[in-house]
Amino acid sequence: MDINWANVFDWMMLLKCFVIGGLICIIGQILIDKTKLTPARILVIFVTTGTILGGLGIYKYLVDFAGAGATVPLTGFGYNLAKGAIEGVKQSGLIGAFTGGVKASAGGIAAAVFFGYLASLISKPKMKKQ
Amino acid sequence: MDPLETKQTYQDYVDKKSPNSPILKNCFNAFWVGGLICSIGQIILNICKERGLDTETSGTIVSILLIGITAFLTGLNLFNRIGKFAGAGSLVPITGFANSIVSPSMEYKSEGYVMGVGGKMFTVAGPVLVFGISASILVGIIYLIFNTQNITLV
Repeated sequence: MDINWANVFDWMMLLKCFVIGGLICIIGQILIDKTKLTPARILVIFVTTGTILGGLGIYKYLVDFAGAGATVPLTGFGYNLAKGAIEGVKQSGLIGAFTGGVKASAGGIAAAVFFGYLASLISKPKMKKQ
Repeated sequence: MDPLETKQTYQDYVDKKSPNSPILKNCFNAFWVGGLICSIGQIILNICKERGLDTETSGTIVSILLIGITAFLTGLNLFNRIGKFAGAGSLVPITGFANSIVSPSMEYKSEGYVMGVGGKMFTVAGPVLVFGISASILVGIIYLIFNTQNITLV
């Protein structure tokens, strides 16, 4: 199959993606530097914020605008959960609220568990220097 | 700007200015590393789309690849260096999620492969999943209520 590389390196899209993705990271950096929040809490805040914005239908505009710039940050993970839950409700009612979110992000969660375990197994024990 | 009259105003001025520089530098590093990670994701996404996959499958493939790469970079102790340099730039993208799974489980490897590695994997990822999934269920239920009452939300 031929790949049109001009479409792959769509500079305008990549620029939008770079700027929005970078700006979301700056918000995280300001939270780290200005507050006493631990990284774990920041991850939780980002995912929950993404889920709420996704549920309100706001985050969709950012995804349409910036593509992976909005879906790769953890807010995008939350957005994916919310989108899945709403689609689940549309398809199968109340039970969809429970199945939809995890179904939509199952790939990411499963990959994180699988590769996470595998990588820990092959990891080198930390050097005791310094 | 106005001349600084008293010692106090000068001190306030210094306090206001001095802590800014590391934050600016951190933000700059976070910006370009985070932007770069997202751009790599966008390139993978575009390649998948060019191969005729739909948007959702492509998005899943992007997540799986980025998570896989980060997991192994963390296992090889390479990702920590990026993390130290970039701060939130590598924490906020999905790479931070993968890193947060691998780094605690590496540390507790000595406690065994089941409770050590398998259990400690979720010290950070656990709360993320708990709050993310719970919030998504609430979103679904709220949507269900509003939808059945024929009120369009947004």
